[in-house]
Amino acid sequence: MADSAAAGEAREAREIITLENVTVMYGRQRALADVTATFLPGAVGLLGPNGAGKSTLLKTLLGFVTPSQGRMRVLGLDVAVSPLEIRARTGYMPENDAHIPGMNAVSFVAYCGELAGLPRTDAMQRAHEVLFYVGLGEARYRNLETYSTGMKQRIKLAQALVHDPDLLFLDEPTNGLDPRGREEMLELVRDLAHNKGVNLILSSHVLPDVEFVCDSVVVLDKGRLATSGPIAALKQPRGQMFELRVKTPGELTLFFARLRADGLECHATDEDIVRVFVPGDGGARQLFAIAAAEQVQVRHLKPSVPTLEDVFAHAVGQD
Amino acid sequence: MPIHEQGYRRYRGGKAGGRAWVVIMTTGIRTMLGNRLFVILLAGAWIQFLVRAIQFYIAANFSQAAVIAPRAGTFRDFFDWQDIPVYIVTVWLGARLIAEDQRVNALQIYLSKPLTRAEYIFGKLGILVSFLLFITWLPAMLLLAVQVVFAGNFEFLRANAYLFPAITLYSAIEVATVSTTVLALSSLSTNSRFVGIMYTGLLFFSKSLYGVLRFITGSTRVAWIGFGNNLTQVGDAIFRVPLHYQTPWAVSLLVILLLIAGSAFVLERRVRGVEVIA
Repeated sequence: MADSAAAGEAREAREIITLENVTVMYGRQRALADVTATFLPGAVGLLGPNGAGKSTLLKTLLGFVTPSQGRMRVLGLDVAVSPLEIRARTGYMPENDAHIPGMNAVSFVAYCGELAGLPRTDAMQRAHEVLFYVGLGEARYRNLETYSTGMKQRIKLAQALVHDPDLLFLDEPTNGLDPRGREEMLELVRDLAHNKGVNLILSSHVLPDVEFVCDSVVVLDKGRLATSGPIAALKQPRGQMFELRVKTPGELTLFFARLRADGLECHATDEDIVRVFVPGDGGARQLFAIAAAEQVQVRHLKPSVPTLEDVFAHAVGQD
Repeated sequence: MPIHEQGYRRYRGGKAGGRAWVVIMTTGIRTMLGNRLFVILLAGAWIQFLVRAIQFYIAANFSQAAVIAPRAGTFRDFFDWQDIPVYIVTVWLGARLIAEDQRVNALQIYLSKPLTRAEYIFGKLGILVSFLLFITWLPAMLLLAVQVVFAGNFEFLRANAYLFPAITLYSAIEVATVSTTVLALSSLSTNSRFVGIMYTGLLFFSKSLYGVLRFITGSTRVAWIGFGNNLTQVGDAIFRVPLHYQTPWAVSLLVILLLIAGSAFVLERRVRGVEVIA
């Protein structure tokens, strides 16, 4: 009994966030429904389509929203009991444009550091360092209201980092960035997670971003947990994935219907390119058999590695 | 070389909790003192102090000017005249305190730090309260000191010892009332100009309504309807001068307390990290 309790405590200490039956209501609207999940250390992607409850979950973890039921622990602390201790050890980069009016970048970031409890001189020193780290060193004395969208994203990251949090909540950090800006932001975030020892939760609906940065994912759909776990494990096929190009005398949808009727998962990626997941050991042989039966010519077939997109599509039922 | 390779160090220093409201207040004060126009306004709010100081000097040094010698009522009048700069500072500074933060989503930034909503509100309130006390309580207290210096004795002070607590109490009531009211209005909008208009509207509409009701009833018992009338009435009672209106001062005090409670309720509802539209 004592052993199992100790094991439970050890597991909880290893998990940076645990959610137990968390439900959040906005009036009559259920934003999160009975979510039970754990977030492992490192970089965790919080995935889901728009309206899935990702931002709500982050705001609930920060204590902005009180859940109507359930229990949450962040860094081993109960959100309902120790919200201030949690916020002292976490940083939050909100999705929307957010700053404090009338300040330049270095004053703003230092001010955020002071709000987080840093002494004034330390906050100012950290502000300079963090602004250089996020690439705003040269623009640190400019008023924030003159910043471009990309610079505003970076300044939001800087204010979240200034007090050196153990855990970062990043809500859509690449929103509004051009391709180069996006790449630089992702490099920064990845560096934080993999080289600087900062745990982070990256909320996004952009799958390549999550796949580039994160080690594991939690997928939400319509306020419910769709799936979760290490990306590598989720991508591990329990069958075989094929990419094929086909030519059919009739409607392609009839071929899809037949595939699904036989228990295969498929979705079109281009006009005539189809990705098909064959569960079990059936392999290509089963695929050819169905094609022959449906008088569909298979012009090209190659084994394919499942992507995070496949995992996501499967989890939220978008086959 | 990618920018991030310039390094990121973990912080090894200490962190202190529970002083966030002081940080908000002091930063707000510093920011406003960097605004030249605002500093000119603050300086202008001390003009009456200078005029009164000259009045006290003349009264103390020229026996022909005994008619302008300070009385307890002089300090009551001082507060009446200070209502103008108090109004301007309240609208200029108070209206923007929360509205501007809401305009740029700063509440999410504030409340993601280790501070409570109450600390945020007290920090913001502290900025306005500091400046309002600077143009009400401080000059009034200095006027008392100036009177003693120019008169060269403590006679006036001994005869009117209650002025110390009276000045402090009235300043506290006036500043608390206007600060909480304008802060509550500021939390209702993202446009500080609109907040200023709302506050001005509250002052003048309630005064106009009182004028109409006084005309209909022929009595000043309905003076409690006017926002400013209540402060006037309570001020008169505190400074022991004849009351302006027939409304009992206790009723005016009750209205003021209800106004502060209502403002606190609005602030509690509006200052949140997320806006819930149910």
